[in-house]
Amino acid sequence: MNKLLLTTALGLSLALPAFAAEVQPGDTLAENQEYTYRVLDAIKSMDPQINTDVDGAGIMRSLFEGLYNEDQVGGLVPGVATSHELSDDKTTYTFHLRDNAKWSNGDPVTANDFVYAWKRLADPATASEYAWYMELMQVVNASEVVAGEKPVDELGVKAVDDHTLEVKITAPLPFFPKMLTHASTFPVNQKVVEAHGDKWTDAGNLVGNGAYVLKEHILGEKVVMERNPMYWDDAKTIITKATALTINDENAALTRYLAGELDRTDVPAGQYPRLEAELPDEANSVPQSCSYIYMFNLDEAKGPEALKDVNVRKALSYAIDRDIIVNNVLQGGQAPSYNWTHASTDGFEMPEIDYASWSQADRLAKAKELLAEAGYGPDNPLDLTLNYNTSEAHKKIAIAVQQFWKGIGVNLTLNNMEWKVHTDKMQNQDFEIARYAWCGDYNEASTYLDLFTSYSGHNNGKFLSADYDKLLKDSKTAENPAPLYKEAEQILAAEMPFAPIYQYTEVEMIKPDMRGMSLNNLMQNWYVKDMYRVAN
Amino acid sequence: MVVDTIKMKSLSDRLAAEEVKGRSLWADARHRFLRNKAAVVGLVILFLIGLFAIFGNYVAAWSNEELDFSVMGQVADLGGPSLSNGHYFGTDDLGRDLFARTVQGTRISLMVGIVGSLIAVVVGTLYGATAGYVGGRVDNIMMRTVDILMSIPYMFVLILLLVMFGRSIAMLFIGIGLISWLDMSRIVRGQTLSLKHKEFIEAAQATGVPSFTIIWRHIVPNLLGVVAVYATLLVPLMILTESFISFLGLGVQEPLTSWGALISEGAGTINYGTLWQLAFPLFFFIITLFAFFFVGDGLRDALDPKDR
Amino acid sequence: MLSYIAKRLAIAVPTLLLLIIISFLLMHAAPGGPFTQERALPPQVLANLEAKYGLDQPLWRQMANYVWGIVAHFDFGPSFIYKDRTVNEIIAQGFPVTLTYGSLSFALAVLVGVSLGVAAAIRHNTWLDYLAVGVSIGAQVLPNFVMAPILVLVFTLWLRWLPGGGWEGGEWQYIIMPVVALSTSFMASIARITRSSMLEVLNSNHIRTARAKGLPERKVILRHALKPAMLPVISYLGPAFVTMITGSVVVDIYFSTGGIGKAFVDSALNRDYAVMMGVTILVGALTILFNLVVDILYAWIDPKIRY
Repeated sequence: MNKLLLTTALGLSLALPAFAAEVQPGDTLAENQEYTYRVLDAIKSMDPQINTDVDGAGIMRSLFEGLYNEDQVGGLVPGVATSHELSDDKTTYTFHLRDNAKWSNGDPVTANDFVYAWKRLADPATASEYAWYMELMQVVNASEVVAGEKPVDELGVKAVDDHTLEVKITAPLPFFPKMLTHASTFPVNQKVVEAHGDKWTDAGNLVGNGAYVLKEHILGEKVVMERNPMYWDDAKTIITKATALTINDENAALTRYLAGELDRTDVPAGQYPRLEAELPDEANSVPQSCSYIYMFNLDEAKGPEALKDVNVRKALSYAIDRDIIVNNVLQGGQAPSYNWTHASTDGFEMPEIDYASWSQADRLAKAKELLAEAGYGPDNPLDLTLNYNTSEAHKKIAIAVQQFWKGIGVNLTLNNMEWKVHTDKMQNQDFEIARYAWCGDYNEASTYLDLFTSYSGHNNGKFLSADYDKLLKDSKTAENPAPLYKEAEQILAAEMPFAPIYQYTEVEMIKPDMRGMSLNNLMQNWYVKDMYRVAN
Repeated sequence: MVVDTIKMKSLSDRLAAEEVKGRSLWADARHRFLRNKAAVVGLVILFLIGLFAIFGNYVAAWSNEELDFSVMGQVADLGGPSLSNGHYFGTDDLGRDLFARTVQGTRISLMVGIVGSLIAVVVGTLYGATAGYVGGRVDNIMMRTVDILMSIPYMFVLILLLVMFGRSIAMLFIGIGLISWLDMSRIVRGQTLSLKHKEFIEAAQATGVPSFTIIWRHIVPNLLGVVAVYATLLVPLMILTESFISFLGLGVQEPLTSWGALISEGAGTINYGTLWQLAFPLFFFIITLFAFFFVGDGLRDALDPKDR
Repeated sequence: MLSYIAKRLAIAVPTLLLLIIISFLLMHAAPGGPFTQERALPPQVLANLEAKYGLDQPLWRQMANYVWGIVAHFDFGPSFIYKDRTVNEIIAQGFPVTLTYGSLSFALAVLVGVSLGVAAAIRHNTWLDYLAVGVSIGAQVLPNFVMAPILVLVFTLWLRWLPGGGWEGGEWQYIIMPVVALSTSFMASIARITRSSMLEVLNSNHIRTARAKGLPERKVILRHALKPAMLPVISYLGPAFVTMITGSVVVDIYFSTGGIGKAFVDSALNRDYAVMMGVTILVGALTILFNLVVDILYAWIDPKIRY
């Protein structure tokens, strides 16, 4: 075992003391330290291994704590684990857990709690929709356990003693520690889960190890959390009470924010410039790790004939005026996109992509030329259908693209469907062109690029390229994968299995007295325990 | 339930009470109708709205799907109603001409209202007349079925239908039409039942008039009044239902639109300085519904001239 | 009377069964299932999930189990989406909320609607009449999804009098706007019904007699005319219930009240089969019940009606 090796990012951040809310010099704390924010929908579950959505994960980060947390910019800081070692073959991680971590009922947090939670995630009996995350982490035997081929006990995770956790993975995975901030890896208290069964997540029953405890959860209305005095770092936590209000309508949410009922809410598409001008201290637009594309269906049997021609795909992509979409439709500081991976992704180097530097007039001319080459034009117009799911912003973009494509002689029929139908059709290759967006699971390019490998479960457009597969496979063991990622992106630009459109920003209104909001964390993983309010 | 059952009952009682001597009843009714100012104004409004829907496109400077790139992105500042750039009603959030979109939305909404209420009327009349005329056990079974169907939460079923079959105008027509034929069938059945035993019908039967002729000459004219009134009052209900469906995002597909869709878009952005996006469609929506109510009421009062 | 009630209740059973079958089939015919999500689940995970929720069984079997659960244990099963809740819990949380603002808005609508209707009838064919009719149609045609944002804009953002949403266990300041937004859809109908029924009654012999006896007009109306004129309003209770449930969709979406309307729409969109069925059955059963209660009330108030 190599006692010294930590990932560099981790090594750096561990050198700093791990403060919870790090009050900046010069800040005076406000009297009121309550925090209220908006969530889109009812929180589906308070169980870390059952939860699937982003808003739910935010709540999980308050109620539970995993091995590591993220700091304001996304670097790893100690959570329950204070450090870890990696074996020489890079497949065994040994985590050292702090001895003062406690559950909200006073029980100590031990390595066994993690073992229990991880096994629970993979166990077919739990039927977790995130069981695949254990496979993504490449934990030994994860796939077999999830498939029910091996008993749960054979999962490659064990408690060496109360404060030492050992995890075996099948192949080296440089970003493995980064994956541990994901909510599905958070520990749960076995005693409590077994005592209450399905009811263990009710307010009053729920026992967590996070900085907050659940006070109230009224489905579709609100989640109320209060300070957990048992939390190991409670002395440095400042926000006393956090409330998440479910507000479906983003316009209603903004009105309530302006009336002072919320401290944080999302900005509806198109409203950012106005709010930025009126309330410059409160309107924020920061990069977020998601990428928005129109996916072409290249499936042998079900994809439309026209899209099998790379010239057509290129023409369609070139004809989209991304500047208009980001500047005039979305207007929230989003970046026009000509590639797949979010540009701010850690360690990702943007390759040279030819059409990114052309003017829109050049792109349009080229698009017309390519389309004519493919045999389409004013006399032989191309008819295509775009599927998109219900949302004001998707609708606006679709309408704009319909007009852009009309300009090169493509008739686009818009087919709006609700989310489940849209997803179902995509997964069955039952579409021609479909709106799609992917948000990174962790801050590394492979979370994006893996998606277009032939063996990916999410490659709904059925783009198949042996070269691409090879690059991605090689990148897993490469000393420095960045050049391989660059090459992969170039293949995507040359083959154009989708038209990139824009890269996300998180566009929000935040009350000007809030601090510690992790705005520069690309994954938007914020922690209420790091926040505080300043006196005006 | 905007259709007022008391008045409907009174109307059908009256229309069943005496044989409708074809011309005189309708002539009287027309006379009374024309004296009812609200009803006449309503009719004029409907006529104008009809013209707007049919010929509005020829007046519009823009099509309903073109994006005005000079306005897009600064809609609150530049997208307001203006004669100079041809956006008489301003633009929507994407810079599409609201005038053209309102014209197009008017078409869809009127179509949904009229076709939906036609479906309700045709199905309801056929069903009710059959039940009433055949009578006996058939009648009993048919009306029990209506009772059962009446207890189904239709809005729920409609939502399920749209979710399942995807959204389309045809689905909307069918779904919305199917909601409202039940009341119609009850009214028509009652009407047919009381007509069946009227002297003039029995007299016609006794003199050997074939039943087809009886139905055509004696029953249908007596049903017509009720059906016409009911259909007129049903149209605004259909339009309201469609607007609710559009609010849920289950309405017609872009770039098509409807009043409901336009209003719900406009209502969402009410606080963003683009009030015209709500005002114009809402204006058309409201005056049309008012007009339909007044015309329907006027028609009923004309056919059933009690002092009220 | 009793046999009539028995007969009506007997119809309720096939009605509910039909409702269950229709919604069950529609739901399952729709593309996508409760576990369809952006990241397609690995087949074995999906299989585990389906086994857990009994979706791997044939459809008729699922339906039979479902109906049996309700009949035998009054258990509507677990929610497929809100995994730590059962359908019973979701309904128990949401339905009282909907019922609270729904019945309050109905009460408000009766108060305003009846006053408008009576005033219009008494001052028949005067400006008051026209105004009342105009206001009631206006309230009818202004959709509550337009009402709601206007109310929030005025009372929350501009005047800062009322919170813009939430329920907080039904504190009064959270109830006001939902009640007002919802009541307009009832009010119009009630006003119109009251008006025409009042006119009918005022023209009847019974009132002419009362007037002939020299009773003051006020007394004639309050004592003799109002009660019979209210009959049709009572019969409106049934449809009002349906309007309330439909309207609660808008109220819940806009005011985040957490009622049953939003739960239904969400369940249909999320394919939460169990919640969707539970709410549909509940609403269907209550519609039947309300219609029955209305008929009984009617017979009780108006002795002329015999079943």
